Amino acid sequence: MKRIYSSAHLYGRYISVILRSTMQYKFSFFLMVTGRFILAFNGFLGILFLFSGFSTIREYTYGDILLCFSVIQMSFAFAECIGSGLKALSGMIRRGEFDRILLRPRSPILQVLGTKFELGRLGPMITSVLTLIIGILKSQAEWNFGKALVLAAMIAGGTVLFLALFILGASFCFFSIEDGGILNILTYGAKEHGKYPVDIYGKRFLQVCTYIIPYAMIQYYPLQYLLGKTEHWQYGLYPLASIVFLAVCYLIWLLGLKNYKSCGN
Amino acid sequence: MIVMDNVCKSYKVAKRNAGLKEACKALFHRETEEIQALKDVSFQIADGEMVGYIGPNGAGKSSTIKILSGILTPDRGTCSIDGRIPWKNRVEHVKQIGVVFGQRSQLWWDIPVVDSFELIKEIYSITTPAYKDSLEELTSLLQLEEILKTPTRQLSLGQRMRCEIAASLLHRPRLLFLDEPTIGLDAVSKLAVRDFIKKMNTEHGTTVLLTTHDMQDIEAIADRVILIGRGKVLLDGTLQDMKQLVKQENMEKKAEEGKNFKENEYIQADKYVEENANGEDKERFDNLDQVVAKLYRQLDIL
Repeated sequence: MKRIYSSAHLYGRYISVILRSTMQYKFSFFLMVTGRFILAFNGFLGILFLFSGFSTIREYTYGDILLCFSVIQMSFAFAECIGSGLKALSGMIRRGEFDRILLRPRSPILQVLGTKFELGRLGPMITSVLTLIIGILKSQAEWNFGKALVLAAMIAGGTVLFLALFILGASFCFFSIEDGGILNILTYGAKEHGKYPVDIYGKRFLQVCTYIIPYAMIQYYPLQYLLGKTEHWQYGLYPLASIVFLAVCYLIWLLGLKNYKSCGN
Repeated sequence: MIVMDNVCKSYKVAKRNAGLKEACKALFHRETEEIQALKDVSFQIADGEMVGYIGPNGAGKSSTIKILSGILTPDRGTCSIDGRIPWKNRVEHVKQIGVVFGQRSQLWWDIPVVDSFELIKEIYSITTPAYKDSLEELTSLLQLEEILKTPTRQLSLGQRMRCEIAASLLHRPRLLFLDEPTIGLDAVSKLAVRDFIKKMNTEHGTTVLLTTHDMQDIEAIADRVILIGRGKVLLDGTLQDMKQLVKQENMEKKAEEGKNFKENEYIQADKYVEENANGEDKERFDNLDQVVAKLYRQLDIL
């Protein structure tokens, strides 16, 4: 418990240092916020235009899709804001900066996360909040307290899931000095496909997203529950599976770390 | 107490010829070559010793430092530092050591130095009174008062190196590894760094292991020199021992050359005269760089 507290405290200090540094590069911060905002807003426009031609897609209404879209956008923005240090890991290893991390008596992953905290990544948040509101109002869901909790769990679970994917991608850096191309397929792919409930891509795809990269757990299944499309109330608990996935990815990370130590860089 | 016992370490290095075609080939089939960075390296360093660790580029100096500091796991052999195995008890181990890499910074680039120090205090969980003590001492010894509030990126190399060294010592490690701490520094900064290291050793009994290419560093700091080449320890003794080794081999070589002189008059004659014309050995042995260069050549470890 004391360890967790001290880690959280240290993480807070890292963030404070990073924020103080980014204040010195205001223009770059502004650019990133704008860029990310436009990118996310484009996604929203795409959905808007799509629904000017159709009224439903596989029985999902405009509001349902926006709900799903906003959950994914929001969790991805949170995860990217916290986890951008992981994306920079391959560069750190190549430049030898990772050695310094191993020289300090703290968990390496905490220190890697502590190297970057990009508030600018929260640019899509503007779009996400907007679409979330429209989604909540216009979807087929009949809201109650439990469903609101499930919605929050979807966003939190999504953040955990994307963070886990970043960790997984970063772990590849320990085995090969090549950049994490695979990482991008996983994360950006999940983010792009995740705009829509994954079952619209077909059953096979749903299976992949359930058992392999489990983002159906934070998106498709709980959404079914929210929209009242299923009898299974358990679907509302599925976002918790993201924690299991995080644990698996963390184990792979530890394995990678061991490999790094035995072969250097 | 540091004990290295028959430590071996090899790396796999990808190998391919130049050219796009070769690069494409390497995509599918990668040829690797094994490079032995360390071959049966053994030595012991007692508490409070100051040891210079020298050798040409690529001799295995950095690998040794990395193993000693727990960043790398050796293939074979054992290493124990005050009873700890560095790569097994990493967290416990790194609390007791300080490492300075001359070519890399450990300070946060955009924030004032003192903010970096505070973060390090947090990382090492240094108590506030202990931190204040260390900071005060390091500030006065390394003359940091004026630069503490400057962001790292605005410091000169000499100023930055002084801060780097202070940053590595805030948690009062018993062991200090310095990897080329004076590289690129001007004369004044070099002297300041050397003096400081000696002071830490006399006042706190800090054990120092120093790698450098600057032989004056060694002369000023180290009582003992370990020479490594092609992954092997070739000499472990004092500077005097090192000079002796060069002298000896020099004599033997000259004797041999003297013999050749008769056989191959044309080529050897000039060389022989030149060698002797340089005056007696004494002068040459005052220039440590020449001694070391000669030694490297003699031992064929370049």
